[in-house]
Amino acid sequence: MAEENKPAPAAGGSRANTKKELPEHFKAYKHVWVAVEIEHGQVHSVSFELLGEGRKLADKRGVELAAVVMGDDRASLDAAAVACFEYGADCVYLAQDPALKHYRNETSTKVLTDIVNTYQPEILLLGATNLGRDLAGSVATTLQTGLTADCTELAIDDEGSLAATRPTFGGSLLCTIFTLNYRPQMATVRPRVLAMPDREEGRTGRIVEFDPKLVEDDVITKVLDFIADRDTDKANLPYADIVVAGGLGLGSAENFQLVKELAEVLGAEYGGSRPLVQKGWITSDRQIGQTGKTIRPKLYIAAGISGAIQHRVGVEGADVIVAINTDPNAPIFEFAHLGIVADAVTLLPALTDAFAARLRVNRLAS
Amino acid sequence: MHIVVCIKQVPDSAQIRVHPVTNTIMRQGVPTIINPYDLFALEEALRLKDRFGATVTVLTMGPPTAAESLRKALTFGADRAVLLTDRYFAGSDTLATSYALSMALLKVAEEFGKPEIIFTGKQTIDGDTAQVGPGIAKRLDYNQLTYIARIVETDTDAGTIKVERRAEGGLQVLESKLPVLITMLEASNEMRRGSIENALIAARAEVVTWNAAAVGIEDLTKCGLRGSPTIVKKVFAPTARTDKAEIVEVDGKVDAKAAALVEAIFAKAPAVEQDLLEHAAHHYV
Repeated sequence: MAEENKPAPAAGGSRANTKKELPEHFKAYKHVWVAVEIEHGQVHSVSFELLGEGRKLADKRGVELAAVVMGDDRASLDAAAVACFEYGADCVYLAQDPALKHYRNETSTKVLTDIVNTYQPEILLLGATNLGRDLAGSVATTLQTGLTADCTELAIDDEGSLAATRPTFGGSLLCTIFTLNYRPQMATVRPRVLAMPDREEGRTGRIVEFDPKLVEDDVITKVLDFIADRDTDKANLPYADIVVAGGLGLGSAENFQLVKELAEVLGAEYGGSRPLVQKGWITSDRQIGQTGKTIRPKLYIAAGISGAIQHRVGVEGADVIVAINTDPNAPIFEFAHLGIVADAVTLLPALTDAFAARLRVNRLAS
Repeated sequence: MHIVVCIKQVPDSAQIRVHPVTNTIMRQGVPTIINPYDLFALEEALRLKDRFGATVTVLTMGPPTAAESLRKALTFGADRAVLLTDRYFAGSDTLATSYALSMALLKVAEEFGKPEIIFTGKQTIDGDTAQVGPGIAKRLDYNQLTYIARIVETDTDAGTIKVERRAEGGLQVLESKLPVLITMLEASNEMRRGSIENALIAARAEVVTWNAAAVGIEDLTKCGLRGSPTIVKKVFAPTARTDKAEIVEVDGKVDAKAAALVEAIFAKAPAVEQDLLEHAAHHYV
């Protein structure tokens, strides 16, 4: 069991008493790392978003930014390394092995843990995707260190520690979490929570090869097949330019159609708040918020959504947030850029018509 | 076959209120429920019970009142309930929680037989971390299968299991060997109704209750706050944006309001107007 790796626990231990000396054997841990997510040869954009943020953290600490890339195909690993350099990495740890063809918890946990133990980073960031969460939980347990999931903000505090902020209590408040006495300090961030950094063409760095020493016969779990999703009717909320969403203020599942009609005229994606998923008005892949999708559109229209924190953190990256709500004191007006106090059920059809008139198209609804 | 389902009793988040002045959670009177994601895990375990005659044990760590959630699980058809409760567990983060639960699971194995499958939900609605399942798997050296949309087949003789796992852009079809820890995806099945017969059994059932010592935890520094590497330094409500929302106020009919809102939106987002007009020109001329 992983227990044997556990460093001596720090004495004391009340969370109020947080001023503690980092144990001696952790003082060598240095640099900020991003574990890059590669599936089917493609780097997930969340990894570049993390490199953008990691660059800022590394500069604040005066250390290097490194990326870890793992896979089986040399060409796609090299391409991933180039992209990592151009998005801000100084160094890429590259692990190539036939057993890393597909993501598997067993192989990736072993390789990432081995690289961490060999090169000792102070901060390790992963995307809060299914892959990243699956991997981060195993790696943190193996290393016996702290892991903060689904952060909405990362910063370095005055003492040089990672301050990881995330929603808490079901998304009703925010909290800032530290891992003071263990290394690396680990955190995951959802796609689109952080801005995509600019790509600096031609920027380069050094590659450190790492031999994973995997033997396929020793790996228990086998990948038999991959059933790709059909593209039809699959929501792509995180990367949509315009998003229209509805909340409980719509009053009924039937009225959600009004959101879809506006979305259609605008060529937008549509979604809803968490209670709508719980009521079965929309499917979970269209849920917007902390436990659903994080979006960063140019325009976000929220109809009948009150704007609880768990929703807010999922939409704050939008350039322009428009709120339609009957309650002038609804929290959504505290972070919207533009608002109107009105009943979404009557305003939405009029808004759809007004947009259609402006864009000289006829309303497409029946 | 022996299956353990790890559940958590959580506050019904739909009814959580934050105190407007102190920004603290008002816990009084908030009803508790079984973490909704755990019900998919429980149902999947009960389906295996129906098919293979498995014994299903539900396990939770929490205050003594968490026994209510265990009894609820019994009404759905679970066979045995185990509560791990001790004041030393208070303030546990995910690492300390997975330690305590893994010790309890070893005790469960010793008392009632080693589980071939441990189920958890994909995450809880209060913590939302999705870390405890992987933590338990790693500590007990179980093969880890997270975000499982479907169990395709279970071969108890060969000791193999085939599943479909939700991944980016599709489903990974995986084959692994028992014992495994599975976290079930939401909407992967539909929870059955509890039966009156089971409710009667549940009301009378003994909830096996263990503290830290009972599950063999000798080093209490691995538990609770002391065993948690993460430290919560502050809890706060987000501040309002410094520039307040511009409110569109128009008297008159809804059409006038809508037209004014469209103008206000385009004034704030001229690039969006540009994109839309170009798009419209291409498609609707």
